[in-house]
Amino acid sequence: MEGLVISVTIFVLAIFVGFEVITKVPPTLHTPLMSGSNAISGITLVGALLSAGAQHTTLTTALGFTAVVFATINVVGGYMVTHRMLEMFRKK
Amino acid sequence: MSTALINLAYLLASVLFILGLKGLAHPRTAVRGNLISALGMLIAVVVTLLDKSIVDYTVILAGLVVGGAIGAVAAVRVPMTAMPEMVALFNGFGGGASTLVAGAALVEAISMSAAVTTDFTVATVFSGLVGSVTFWGSLVAFAKLQGILSGNPILFPGQHALNAVLLISSLAVGGYIVSDPSQTMAYWVLVAIASVLGVLITIPIGGADMPVVISLLNSYSGIAAASTGFVLNNNMLIIAGSLVGASGLILTNIMCKAMNRSLANVLFGGVGGEAAAAGAPSADSVYAGKVKATSAEEVAMLLENARRVIIVPGYGMAVSQAQHQVRQLADLLEARGAEVLYGIHPVAGRMPGHMNVLLAEAKVPYEKLLDMDQVNPLFKETDVAIVIGANDVVNPVARTDPNSPIAGMPILDVDQARTVVIIKRSLSPGFAGIPNPLFAADNALMYFSDGKKALNELIAAVKEL
Repeated sequence: MEGLVISVTIFVLAIFVGFEVITKVPPTLHTPLMSGSNAISGITLVGALLSAGAQHTTLTTALGFTAVVFATINVVGGYMVTHRMLEMFRKK
Repeated sequence: MSTALINLAYLLASVLFILGLKGLAHPRTAVRGNLISALGMLIAVVVTLLDKSIVDYTVILAGLVVGGAIGAVAAVRVPMTAMPEMVALFNGFGGGASTLVAGAALVEAISMSAAVTTDFTVATVFSGLVGSVTFWGSLVAFAKLQGILSGNPILFPGQHALNAVLLISSLAVGGYIVSDPSQTMAYWVLVAIASVLGVLITIPIGGADMPVVISLLNSYSGIAAASTGFVLNNNMLIIAGSLVGASGLILTNIMCKAMNRSLANVLFGGVGGEAAAAGAPSADSVYAGKVKATSAEEVAMLLENARRVIIVPGYGMAVSQAQHQVRQLADLLEARGAEVLYGIHPVAGRMPGHMNVLLAEAKVPYEKLLDMDQVNPLFKETDVAIVIGANDVVNPVARTDPNSPIAGMPILDVDQARTVVIIKRSLSPGFAGIPNPLFAADNALMYFSDGKKALNELIAAVKEL
């Protein structure tokens, strides 16, 4: 239970940080914000790696593998396409 | 690596994510911000790979290679006009990954006959539910944007009741999992129900409401990641997921405000298509005998002496991929001494910031892209406003008719410019399904054409001046 309270504390504080940071993003960058935050939500990759590598059962390995693929698409694709867009916004 | 060191590395990654998002506060610092965020992700992944519970790397490597290749190819090849589709799809993958990871964690815990806590099962249920809704909802949004599914709302009788039943049954199955986690099959039943729910709550949402839906699904993908953090007891996942969740919520809120509609109305209203037009004045009474069609030569003459021109792009510009022509025309006008600015409505296009990205692709400097509050005071001192493929976001009815479906929606006041040129293929109504009196206004000229074709003709005509 104590662990849960700590996690919830972190969760709530992180949401406040998120609101503070993201309200400062100008509308012109809202699309890169979405694709960039999308890449961050690929952080589930961390959990996927553990499932795929721990090899408990065939099922967990298969689930882990699929999750690694999904999350990696998210991470790699998300950061790369965000970079591509932001480069276009850079002053020439 | 000891647990403490791993957790410190995760903390570092979390800080880098926050700093990365902070960098997005300005186009100048944004590229670096994105790289900082990517570095955080790299640290997180490398540190995880050193975890001693990993006994075999072949499956991991295969997954990374397959996913990395798909992601990289997609990122390099996607045209800027298809960015909403791409973001919708990626939101889905994030949600899908969270569902699978939570499922794997549950199966693993049960197969090792570890004692599972209620915290763990509740978080797992939540991950499965939100993740599946995100995955399927995003696929539907993608299909609608691609035109695989109709962009109109898909409605059927009893839809809301069915959704309520699905939500309640998924919660019931969730409760069962919490009470008896050993039946892991129940998790997949939950995922199946949530998947149907994800499809059904997205199909009634119409094309122009997509900015809201994509933002909301973006938020969901973050919430799913955060709840997976609760499942795995991993604070970095919680932090990263909450940042994304907050970001999506902020964007959702901005989009709703820009349409003067509540989130509930967007999600359940089924606005758009044929249904919305009821009660509005007929198109004939608004347009009959008052609409003036124009030609490239006439517009070029107007532009000849214009000192300030404001271009207002809409979804039509994206469809006809006319952003490069817009830039060319602007260059010609600027060479003649005119000031050219761009007025961007928050919900123009199919996702937040859609128009800005297209114009940035055409190398329009970002300082010239003005949002609604910046540009509206300028229209009074504008010689020509050129509206390209936008309709509802410039409909003055929003200001004047309290009974209109778009009443109170903030609009771009193009009607206050000396002359408004509207490039549009026909007088067909926009998403709200109502006629636009702007098209019949005294100072308005209709240029009936596809966006790209019209701009090419205009460019030629201005060159001949």
